[in-house]
Amino acid sequence: MEMLMASAIGVLTAAGIYLVLRLRSFPVILGLSLLTYAVNLFLFASGRLAVNQPPILRDGVHGYTDPLPQALVLTAIVISFGMSAVVVMLALGAYLSARDDGIDMDGDDDLAADGTERGQ
Amino acid sequence: MNHWIIVPVLLPAVLASVMVMSMRHELALQRVVSVAGAVALLAVTLGLTVQASSGAIQVYELGNWPAPFGIVLVLDRLSALMIVLTAVLALMVLLYAIGTGWDSRGKHFHPLMHFQLMGIFGAFLTGDAFNLFVFFEVLLIASYGLMIHAGGRMRLRAGLQYVVYNLLGSTLFLFALGTLYAVTGTLNMADLALRIAEIPAADAGLMRIGAILLLLVFAVKAALLPLHFWLPETYARAPAPVAALFAIMTKVGAYAILRVYTLIFGPDLPATTALVAPAIMVAALVTLAVGMIGILGAREIGRLAAFATIGSMGTLLIAAAGFTPASTTAALYYLVHSTIGGALLFFTVDLVREHRGAWAGALRPGPRMARHGIIAALFFGAAIATAGLPPLSGFVGKLLILDALRDAPQAGVIWTVILATSLLALLGFAQAGSAVFWKPLAEDATPPAATEGTTTANGAPLAHDHPAPALAFAVVFAALFAVAALAVLAGPLTDYLAAITAQLYLPGEYIDAVMAGR
Repeated sequence: MEMLMASAIGVLTAAGIYLVLRLRSFPVILGLSLLTYAVNLFLFASGRLAVNQPPILRDGVHGYTDPLPQALVLTAIVISFGMSAVVVMLALGAYLSARDDGIDMDGDDDLAADGTERGQ
Repeated sequence: MNHWIIVPVLLPAVLASVMVMSMRHELALQRVVSVAGAVALLAVTLGLTVQASSGAIQVYELGNWPAPFGIVLVLDRLSALMIVLTAVLALMVLLYAIGTGWDSRGKHFHPLMHFQLMGIFGAFLTGDAFNLFVFFEVLLIASYGLMIHAGGRMRLRAGLQYVVYNLLGSTLFLFALGTLYAVTGTLNMADLALRIAEIPAADAGLMRIGAILLLLVFAVKAALLPLHFWLPETYARAPAPVAALFAIMTKVGAYAILRVYTLIFGPDLPATTALVAPAIMVAALVTLAVGMIGILGAREIGRLAAFATIGSMGTLLIAAAGFTPASTTAALYYLVHSTIGGALLFFTVDLVREHRGAWAGALRPGPRMARHGIIAALFFGAAIATAGLPPLSGFVGKLLILDALRDAPQAGVIWTVILATSLLALLGFAQAGSAVFWKPLAEDATPPAATEGTTTANGAPLAHDHPAPALAFAVVFAALFAVAALAVLAGPLTDYLAAITAQLYLPGEYIDAVMAGR
């Protein structure tokens, strides 16, 4: 169980980091989602792994699973859901206005506004 | 329980929702409500500061759940200072945005502004680490909207980079919190402090990892090298009033570092003390150097201001990394100075861009702009404040920092870096100022091809459409006078800041106040 959780978190994080380092916005967004899944599992595991245990300590019950990480994960899921929606809309907006889904801005720098260099 | 403590969080949330839902098409009404809200927030935060200055630490238990089970808001002297600073800055930014018409160039400027204020106030007031994460997300998601306000091709692309970088930061924050929860079983800051102090040194490995992960998160927020890459593009591309408000966002990172590494991982904690302070110090020295070199190398005035922000964060964190009462007092003074000074710089940069039309912010000569002299004077003032020359408060701030770190182990290196980079900043600003203001071209010089969003539809500078230029200039002059007043009132102000620091270095009081219910 521990081995499965740990390797799942590790694989998700590794895949997420690989995708986040890509140049195009869609893989980057996918990478962010994978990282979110990894961190959700990680938060879930931070209250220790317990199978088939009640989340509340009562009389006559000997073991319990920590309910707080589950509440934290719920918050994190809601936030990451909203953030994913925002980043998808933003990436779409950037793509539609610039006709380029690259995440970098090299060679497209108009801030220096040096007319001579831009073939004026 | 003092219910005023939650007002700075609730009031902007309510106002923003009301503005979105019932007056989304009525900008005039939004302006009235928004400014009235900002004035009310300033009054409330001032009232809270008066209460906090007595030295008592007030705790607000949300839903009446006692700590550490419920979430608490904590008002101490440091939080009070930060919320007053935020309220002052917010009022200036709103008035400037109204005066220049920035708020009419896109939708929902005022609601987003108030949602952002809600997040910032919450981050400064909360006493719970997970709640700090939630408020970070609130202020970030509002800032994503503000960053791309008014749209534009390059601004959207810069906005995407900004969002992706900060989402990664948020993921890291969750990893840090998960690690700390696994070690201690709590996320209330006061309770964390108690439990972490009990961990034997031999078992401290995981806790040290949590401490460093948290430091990385705050370093992203504070734009500490090498995690600063999101800042230059974002600040240079963001609408100017928004960039001025973002001046407080980097300070949220600095505040979190000061709070967490005095309260939870205090300077007396053997497991982390040799780890955190030297790391911040080295990174801050490099940050300062890179920021000031960036000022010298910038070819565009917005980029120059963005690198000035990085440089000022470096200076601030050098002082913070001292972790002595004297150096923290100096850091707080510099924090107040660089927030107002940063806003002044971004307002001035915006005035230059808006008045130069197609020449925009390029650091090369163009023809005389409208109101050439007055803008040149403002830029001169902003440059003096940022580079740290007398008579403005940047000078006092740097002097305090140099004095406080006189006995630090690497005092020679710190002095050298701060003094040498001040010279670099001075050169950079002199170069930029002379390029833009000193030798204007003839009036009929051929303008460069106008880039998107630099001129109005008929090719005139954007400043022609400012609804109330007098208001905008009044705000910028108010910022300039505030920076001068900070220098004049440096004596009483540092006395007050020293009281804040004294409270910060007695974490026992904070812990007792929060955990009183147990």
